[in-house]
Amino acid sequence: MGTETHRDVVNRLSPFPYSLFPVPYSLFPIPYPLSPMSVVTLKINDIDVAAEAGKTVLDAAREAGIRIPTLCHLDGVSDVGACRLCLIEIKGIPKLLPACVTEVAEGMDVTTHTPQLDEYRRMTVEMLFSEGNHVCAVCVANENCELQDVAIEVGMDHSRFTYRFPERGVDISHPQFGIDHNRCILCTRCVRVCDEIEGAHVWDVAGRGAAAKVITGLNQPWGDVDACTACGKCVDACPTGSIFRKGSTAAELDRDRGKLEFLVKAREENQWTR
Amino acid sequence: MERAELLEQATAAKQAQKRIRIHCCTSTGCQASQSLDVKKQLDNAIKTHNLGDTVEAVGVGCMGFCGQGPMVQGPMVEIEDADAPAEKKHYQKVTPEQAESIIGSLNGSGEAEAIQGDPNHPFFSRQLLIVREHSGRIDPERIDEYLAVGGYQALHHAIYEMSPADVVQEITQSGLRGRGGAGYPTGLKWATVAKMPPGQKYIICNADEGDPGAFMDRSVLESDPHRILEGMAIAGYAVGATQGYIYVRAEYPLAITRLQKAIQQAKRKHCLGAQIFDSPVDFTIEIRVGAGAFVCGEETALISSVEGGRGNPRPRPPYPAVSGLHGCPTLINNVETLGNISPIIRNGAEWFAGIGTERSKGTKIFSLTGKIRNNGLIEVPMGITLRQIVEEMGGGVPGGNSVKAIQTGGPSGGCIPDRELDTPVDYDSLRELGSMMGSGGMVVMDDDTSMVQVAQFYMEFCRGETCGKCIPCRAGTMQMYQLLTKLLDEKATKRDLDKLKELCDMVQATSLCGLGQTAPNPVMSTLHYFEHEYLELLQPDPVTLAANSRG
Repeated sequence: MGTETHRDVVNRLSPFPYSLFPVPYSLFPIPYPLSPMSVVTLKINDIDVAAEAGKTVLDAAREAGIRIPTLCHLDGVSDVGACRLCLIEIKGIPKLLPACVTEVAEGMDVTTHTPQLDEYRRMTVEMLFSEGNHVCAVCVANENCELQDVAIEVGMDHSRFTYRFPERGVDISHPQFGIDHNRCILCTRCVRVCDEIEGAHVWDVAGRGAAAKVITGLNQPWGDVDACTACGKCVDACPTGSIFRKGSTAAELDRDRGKLEFLVKAREENQWTR
Repeated sequence: MERAELLEQATAAKQAQKRIRIHCCTSTGCQASQSLDVKKQLDNAIKTHNLGDTVEAVGVGCMGFCGQGPMVQGPMVEIEDADAPAEKKHYQKVTPEQAESIIGSLNGSGEAEAIQGDPNHPFFSRQLLIVREHSGRIDPERIDEYLAVGGYQALHHAIYEMSPADVVQEITQSGLRGRGGAGYPTGLKWATVAKMPPGQKYIICNADEGDPGAFMDRSVLESDPHRILEGMAIAGYAVGATQGYIYVRAEYPLAITRLQKAIQQAKRKHCLGAQIFDSPVDFTIEIRVGAGAFVCGEETALISSVEGGRGNPRPRPPYPAVSGLHGCPTLINNVETLGNISPIIRNGAEWFAGIGTERSKGTKIFSLTGKIRNNGLIEVPMGITLRQIVEEMGGGVPGGNSVKAIQTGGPSGGCIPDRELDTPVDYDSLRELGSMMGSGGMVVMDDDTSMVQVAQFYMEFCRGETCGKCIPCRAGTMQMYQLLTKLLDEKATKRDLDKLKELCDMVQATSLCGLGQTAPNPVMSTLHYFEHEYLELLQPDPVTLAANSRG
């Protein structure tokens, strides 16, 4: 649409072909905007940003190089606005709104970081750490974990809240994968990726409040769920070490002691067999 | 169908009624104290006294004085008649054995054995009945009774005499505000849905009443279900919707049965369904039963539940008026709001706007419970003071104690201290006091009540009812509950109290839906008015203590 010429427009809108009745531009001005896609300008942290209409504030901020912490957002699946980390202030709106589901609008004045917002984010992450059993040192996702990253980003070094140490289970009935509910933050990315991309809808949420947890099938052991295609998308979507590939946990680490013997033998006796 | 035909039906229904009616409450509250047996005995007594031609015992809806049930009222004489016993009497706490004497007293010989209440008590005389005008006066299970009191005439009038825009205009002018708690102008909501481009639209009646101590909606549904159907049909006509849903919680089985009966009967009388009153207007209503989640009273969670999904709220905007059920424009109104519609259409917006205060029009039903002499349901005009409700109508606190606080708005509301009792009851005044109108629960507390315990009770409720979707509500309510428990165990220090305050602020500001955003209200309002009770429970900080003893 963007490359449409004056002639194309006249051909499209006028009942007479342009070739027969050339219409001068002044008599037939092109009605702008030609393209159905429009662009709005807004301010994010006092920086002027242009964004396509229909995009979210989170998209616009990212494009402008402004980082807003998120946990439940995952590119490619729908947004639910659940983790409340991307809350932003918009001038003229008394409530804080989640950037991931708020569409950009002309003249919007957005602030992504204030001492108050940073404090709320920190408290949110502290709550996440205190409600589950998050022990980085023994976690498969250590140093490769979005919860850990966000904690560092918001400057959380300890939680002011009482750790609840809930008793949650681990399900390793699936031949390839496992889920450790102790590390789950209920972001529901696995639920959405399985439903929207794989189309299997193996995952869902059951229970309320502190008892809420992600379940497989009709709350069956994962290994018994026939709908699971073992595609592994949930493993890739999980921001923490909750859903993991078997064999990657520290306990399952298989040390190849024989290799050392083999090397010694090879070097000292020139025997290249194991 | 011509208007005359509807009026004819009404007259016929009225003539079919017996001259003398004895009303016996058959709502859930009175049923729990054997009112069905009382009704059976009344029927038997009428037979044995051979009064079957003139007297009938009618099972009616709630009369409001639930603390004194089973209630029997009568004789009700509709037609002016010289021989008829003149005075109607209120019998309270009637037992099945007393039924015989009530019927026996009808001919003037002897007094009934049952306890007689005073029909002119302020509990009744201060009420103004709009939504509950037929409650306790008609049999909710028979459409004829509703037609006899002018039922469905407002719907007929709306369809034949008014354009949809007129109806919306009428509701807007009446100043009616949502009775679910937040007080959003109903006319504005209707106008938004009406202005959405034509296509599939829905009406939803929110009957998922879940606040502890609130039972107004249940009573309306059980006592006068047709009023809600009529209100929904008028709403459907006004905004251009042809399908309605009533979302009732499963804990209200009687309301569900009566609604189902009402829908069937209304369809048979062409008051619902395809081509209502032979006009081109269609409107069908289906019932959806909730599965016991408090959060489903939140409109987006409710929609998700009606769709068959998990009752989780989603961020707004888009509001349901723009994109609701199945992505279509959806009008969600509370039971009581819809109960106000037919009187407004019948009597006009001006009549309604003349009742109440400047910014809160009409009446509000409250369920008056707690430490109070007369508990039950009251419908009062907006602007009445809390003192009038509690002291005059409620009769004050039994046992010589005085009122300490009034809790309104359930887990989303707050506690109003006794010194604010002269506040008029309306949306804005209550909000200024840090509470809210809410759906209408009103729990009276006396001197013996610990406000910290009250806060803990409501926080325990929220902790159990949060859906768990967003972190502040899921983990925040849990942390607040733990801190309140620590306070009550006398183990908390000043630092814990500060943490509690911070949490209140954070959960309120960052939660996804109304449940979380209002969950800290009971804590905040008790902290505001009764801070000394919190301070009394505090323990000295061990760190400061150690420093002092060393120094």
